[in-house]
Amino acid sequence: MKNIIEKINKIAEKIKKDVYIMEVCGTHTEAVARYGLRELMPKNVKLTTGPGCPVCVTSQEDIDAIVNLALSGIPVATYGDMMRVPGYYGSLDQAREKGALIFAVYSIDEALTIQKKYPNLVFFGLGFETTAPMTAYAIKKGLTVYSTHKLFLPAMQALLKIGELKIDGFLCPGHVSTIIGIEPYKSMKVSQVISGFTAEDILVSVYMLLKQIFDNKKIVENEYLRSVKKEGNPKAYQEIFDVFDIANGNWRGFGIIPQSGLEIKNKYKKFNAKIKYKKILDQVDFSFSRKLTSCKCGEIIRGLKSPQECSLFKKVCTSENPIGPCMVSSEGACNVFFRYMK
Amino acid sequence: MCLAFPGKIISIKKNSAMVDFDGIKKEINISLTPEVKKNDYVVVHTGFAIQKMGKQEAKEALKIAF
Repeated sequence: MKNIIEKINKIAEKIKKDVYIMEVCGTHTEAVARYGLRELMPKNVKLTTGPGCPVCVTSQEDIDAIVNLALSGIPVATYGDMMRVPGYYGSLDQAREKGALIFAVYSIDEALTIQKKYPNLVFFGLGFETTAPMTAYAIKKGLTVYSTHKLFLPAMQALLKIGELKIDGFLCPGHVSTIIGIEPYKSMKVSQVISGFTAEDILVSVYMLLKQIFDNKKIVENEYLRSVKKEGNPKAYQEIFDVFDIANGNWRGFGIIPQSGLEIKNKYKKFNAKIKYKKILDQVDFSFSRKLTSCKCGEIIRGLKSPQECSLFKKVCTSENPIGPCMVSSEGACNVFFRYMK
Repeated sequence: MCLAFPGKIISIKKNSAMVDFDGIKKEINISLTPEVKKNDYVVVHTGFAIQKMGKQEAKEALKIAF
């Protein structure tokens, strides 16, 4: 590891100017902090955090919708990380305290089992291309889903297009890439390296990015060879588009990003909770969902602010009492900084 | 949330495989990787195998992961 750090230092010195590398995967955010990699970087190499935590980018409207469905008596299942994210009407955990039937699952297969006992169960589907194939699989098996699934590349493209901050290179998400492969990244003219999740993986990937930046190359390279194949997993990728249409996606911090969302195809509308429970959802007052608070999750997701720049961080917003999703999720930037930055 | 771990398939029954994660065994859905066989190494995310790994690469990954 010492060797690779020396190589990073040498090439950073040659580059001279400040270099901004954004990691866009929650698991990378966690790993960078856990291994203290940000502190190992040369002064001119800045590692920034992007919108890679699916829980964090789930919109307030979607949280308010699912909490209201639960409170109206519909049983809800979702992944554990989502349970404590507060919306205007509280979190799913708080809905459970009020008597709603809510299940935290590790795998969507568990939701299919729970559905046998509770046939009107709704699964709150979230996540990027890594997790969407499993939801598609379960919809084919007859599970009703409220989809907030998103495609990852449109968010990276949006960050480049908005141009609010300097991005010299992306550390690309290893497990999204395990599904989508390498080709889709080629449409973006920026230095990119698909990285694994160990300290060595990330340091090697940072070196590969710095080398590209020094050589003025804007290509996609794959460091995570043991999991990411050139073609990805075509079966899993196809599963997504068997069941979902690409639609506008509503992201916390960005708002609507065109063509970044996954909505259930008409063919499977019977299993689309947004259609099945439209009457309940139409009665929800979403005007509060967009109410501004001093929570800076939106800017943190876009890489514009670090958690320490939020006035709530560590004061009223803690991992025991999270105000925003970035503090709830174990991969959210605020939660990660709260645990590791002393 | 996109966490995934490497493991070794020790038995297969239809779309379900028993996977050994360095001593911890768990039943995993293999519908998204239908080509996998007993003794293959796979990357597992939320209870589903998402990719088959090369043996050597998987052994190295297991050494790092556990």
